[in-house]
Amino acid sequence: MSGAPLLCVRNLRVTYPSAQGDTHAVRDVSFTLGRERLGIVGESGSGKSTTGRAIMGLVPPPGRVTADELRLGELDLCRLSERGFRQLRGRRVAMVLQDPKYALNPVMSIGRQISETHRAHVGGGKPAARRAALEMLEAVRIRDPERVFTLFPHEVSGGMGQRAMIAMMLIANPEVLIADEPTSALDATIQTQVLAILDELVRGRGMGLILISHNLHLVSAFCDRVLVMYAGRVVETCEAGKLREAKHPYTRGLLDALPELGRRRELLPQLQRDPAWADGA
Amino acid sequence: MSGVTLRGWLLDAAPASRRQARFGRWYRTWLSFQNNSLAVAGLLIVLALVLSAIGAPLIADPQAAILQHLAQRLQPGSAAHWFGTDELGRDIFARIVFGSRITLTIVALVSAIVVPVGLGIGLPAGYFGGVVDAVLMRLTDIFLAFPRLVLALAFAAALGPGIENAVIAIALTAWPPYARLARAETLTRRNAEFVQAAVLQGASPISILFRQIVPLCLPSVVIRLTLDMAGIIITAAGLGFLGLGAQPPAPEWGAMVASGRQVLLDQWWVATIPGIAIFITSVGFNLLGDGLRDVADARSS
Amino acid sequence: MAGSAKGGRFRGYGIVRRILSTLVSMVLTFLGLTIVTFFIGRVIPIDPVLAIVGPKASNETYDRVRLEIGLDLPLPVQYWRYLSKVLHGDFGTSVITSQPVLQDMLHVFPATLELAVLALIIGVVFGVPLGVIAATHRGRWQDHLVRLLSLFGYSMPVFWLGLIGLLLFYAKLGWVEGPGRLDIAFDDIVPTVSGMITVDALIAGEHDVFVNAMQHLVLPASILGYLSLAYVARMTRSFMLGQLRQEYVLAAMAKGLSGFRVIWIHALGNVWVQLITVIALTFGSLLEGAVLTETVFSWPGLGLYMKNSLFNADLNAVLGGTVLVGVVYILLNLISDLLYPLFDPRARGRS
Repeated sequence: MSGAPLLCVRNLRVTYPSAQGDTHAVRDVSFTLGRERLGIVGESGSGKSTTGRAIMGLVPPPGRVTADELRLGELDLCRLSERGFRQLRGRRVAMVLQDPKYALNPVMSIGRQISETHRAHVGGGKPAARRAALEMLEAVRIRDPERVFTLFPHEVSGGMGQRAMIAMMLIANPEVLIADEPTSALDATIQTQVLAILDELVRGRGMGLILISHNLHLVSAFCDRVLVMYAGRVVETCEAGKLREAKHPYTRGLLDALPELGRRRELLPQLQRDPAWADGA
Repeated sequence: MSGVTLRGWLLDAAPASRRQARFGRWYRTWLSFQNNSLAVAGLLIVLALVLSAIGAPLIADPQAAILQHLAQRLQPGSAAHWFGTDELGRDIFARIVFGSRITLTIVALVSAIVVPVGLGIGLPAGYFGGVVDAVLMRLTDIFLAFPRLVLALAFAAALGPGIENAVIAIALTAWPPYARLARAETLTRRNAEFVQAAVLQGASPISILFRQIVPLCLPSVVIRLTLDMAGIIITAAGLGFLGLGAQPPAPEWGAMVASGRQVLLDQWWVATIPGIAIFITSVGFNLLGDGLRDVADARSS
Repeated sequence: MAGSAKGGRFRGYGIVRRILSTLVSMVLTFLGLTIVTFFIGRVIPIDPVLAIVGPKASNETYDRVRLEIGLDLPLPVQYWRYLSKVLHGDFGTSVITSQPVLQDMLHVFPATLELAVLALIIGVVFGVPLGVIAATHRGRWQDHLVRLLSLFGYSMPVFWLGLIGLLLFYAKLGWVEGPGRLDIAFDDIVPTVSGMITVDALIAGEHDVFVNAMQHLVLPASILGYLSLAYVARMTRSFMLGQLRQEYVLAAMAKGLSGFRVIWIHALGNVWVQLITVIALTFGSLLEGAVLTETVFSWPGLGLYMKNSLFNADLNAVLGGTVLVGVVYILLNLISDLLYPLFDPRARGRS
C-alpha cells in the first residue's frame, strides 16, 4: 500500500426493507483501499457484490445505504447526489461485471459502447473518442482494434468480450476498479489471460482494484489483501499471503474445503456455520 | 366451526387430507388475489354480469325490454325508466339487463368451442412432437395470421347474420392462441416424472393427456380465456353494431348502439348507455384476467 | 414467425434460412387464407351462384357465373381455379358497382391506408414513450395512469368511442369536421395521385384542402390510434421492465451515463427489437378496426366498402376484401421480418 487511501469505508450498511422486516444485505463493513489489489471473497448472498454496488451508488431502490464514513479521496459519497454519482461512475470508480454476454448491450457495437464512456466523461467529440477507444482496445491486447471496434457483442468470444468490457470501464481513467467476478464466466485458460491484462492495467495506471470473487484460490493468488465476508459482514481481513494462517472458523472452513494436490481426503468437511458470526462476534 | 379455526384449518402447513390441502391451496390463492383491489373489482363486475343474466326477469320487466311503446319513445332517464327509452319506446335499462344474457351466451359458446379445439390441437402437437407437431402448429400459425373481424364478416356474409354465426366466426379465429398455450404446457410436462410414471404403468397417451396434462393446463387456459373475454365481447358487439350479430328485437348491446346512432345528437343516451355496458364488462374481464395472471405468476415464481 | 431461425446451428446461414422460412410461411398462410375464403364462398352457401351474383341478377348472368365457377367440377379443381384467378387479381365482379372487385378495392383502399397509417403513427409516437415512462416509474402514479389509460383503450368498443367522439368534438365542441373525408366544397380539387387526400393535397400544394382533409381525418385516426396506443404502451412497458433487469443496463449506469441515455438509448434500443412484431400486428388490427370506424365516420374505405357489400349480398366483394386484408397481414409479417435485422444486429447473419 502506498500513499493516502483512495477509498475509505467505515460501517457500511445496506438494508432492503420488506413486509417481513428489513433484510440486512451488508452490515457494518469497514475497509480502506489504497493503490493495491483487494480481494473480497464469500459465498453468493454474502453481500460482496452489494458492497461494490453501494460504493458506486448503484443499489437499486428500495435498498438503503448508510455508512459512518464512505469517501473516495476527498469526496464524501454519503452526501453525494445521483448527479454527483453519475460524474463519478466510470470517471473515478468503474465496475467490470461477470459475463460480457449479458453486460454488453447486444444491439450496440463494441466500439460505440467503449467510446460512449469517453464521450460522457472526457468529451472531445466523436473522433477523439474513437481514437481513445482504439488505443484502449490495443491496451487490452486486442490485435485488430479497427475490426473489433465495429463488431457487435454476439460476434466476439467471451474472452474478447470481457477485454472490451475492461476497455469500456477503464477508458476514462478511473482511480478505483471494482471487478465483480470478472472471470467466472470464462474458460480457465482465458481467465488467466484476462486477469493478467487486468493486473497490468491496474498496476500501470496506479489504480486501486477491488476483486470480488467466490474463488479463494484466485483471490489469494492475485490480490494483496483479502476480506472474507459472511452474511453481510467482514469476518476476516488478512494479507493474501497469510491467508493460510487465517483464524476465523469460517475462513478456516472455506480453506479446508479447497481441494489440494497431494492430499487425499475420504470426506470433504462440511462448512460449519455459526449464526453468531452474522451478529458480529 | 368458528372463523379462526376454519382459517387455521385452511392455512395448516401440514394438511391431513388431500381435501384439506386442496381447499387450503384455494384459500391461499384467494388471499393473494383479494390483495389486488382492481382484480376484486373485476371479479365483482363479472359476478354482476352473471347475476343480472341469471336473474334478469327479477331485476327488470321482460315486457319493457321488448314491447314497443311509441308514445314513450326517446325519453331521458327518469324514475320509471332509469336509463331512458329508445326510439321504439323500450326501456333501455331492461334491455341492458336482458342484453347481458346475450353477451354471456356468446362468451360461453365461444369458450365452449375454443378451449376443446385449442386443446385438441395443442396437446397432441406438444405430446407427440415431430411431424404431428409441425403440421398442427403450421395450421395454427396460418389461422393466427387471419384478420379476426374481417373473417367474421365474411362468415356472416355467407352464413347470414345471427348469434350462432357470429359465435362460429369469432371462435374460428380465437382458438390458435389456446393451441399454442396447450402445446407449450404439454412440452414442459411431457417428460415430467409423474408422466413417466403413468407411462410405465401402461397408461395410453389419451389417458395421460386427459388425466395428467389437461388438469395442469387448465389454470393457464382459464387465465387466457378471461383475458380474451374482453376481446370476444368487443368483437361480438362490433358484429352486432354492423348488424351481423343478434337480430332485432333482441337487446344486443352492439346493435343497441347502432340503433342509437340515428338520434345521437339529440338523445345521446340511447347509444351511449349500451356502449358503457360493453365497456364496463370488458374492463371487468380484463381486470379479473390480469389479477388471475398475477396470482399465477406469483405462485410459479 | 421466422423466429426459429435465430441462433442455433445455422447461424452462418441465418439470413438465408430466415428468408426461406418466411417465404414458406407466407405461401402456406396465403393458401390457408384462400382455402378459407373458397369455403366461405363456394361451399357454405346453399346456392353459391346466387350468393355471388345476388338476388337481382338476370338469368343470363346466373348461368354465366355458374359456368364460370364450375360448380360441377370436384372441389380441389374448383379451388385450383379459384386460386389461379385470385393470383391473377381476379376476384370477380361486384354486384353493386358492376366493376371488377379488384378495381373497386384499389379505389377505396388508399382511404383506409391513410386512416390506419396516421392511427399507427399516433399509437407509436405516444404509446412507446408512455410505456417507457410507466416501466421506469413502476408502481408509481405515472405507471398507474398509463396502465389505466391502456386498460381503457383495449376495453373500449371502437365504434362506440367513435360515436362519442363525434358527439363531443364535432357536434358539441366543433373542433373537428364530421363524417366523410372532405367537405363537399373541396371535392375534386386535387388530382388523385396516391389516393390519400392529405398526401395528394400536399403534392398539389392545395393548403386549404389539406387542412380540411386533416380536420376530417384527425378524429377517426385519433380514435383508432388510441386503441393501438393502448396495446403498444402495454407491450412497451412489459418489454422495458424485462430490459431494465438486464446486466447491460447496470453496466451502462456503471459507466456514468445519464439515466436518460441508459433508458432511451440502451434499453429502448433493445425494446425496439421486440416491438417491431407488435407494431406490425397493431397495424393489422388497425385495418380491422377500420371496418367499424369507417362505418361510424362514413369513411369511404375498404371497411365501409365491405360492410356495404355485405348488406347487398355481394359475396365477391366481401371475399375480395377478406383476401386483401389477409394479404396485407401476410405482407406485414414479411416487412417486420425484413426490418428485424435493422434493429437487431444478431439477426444480420454476419458470421
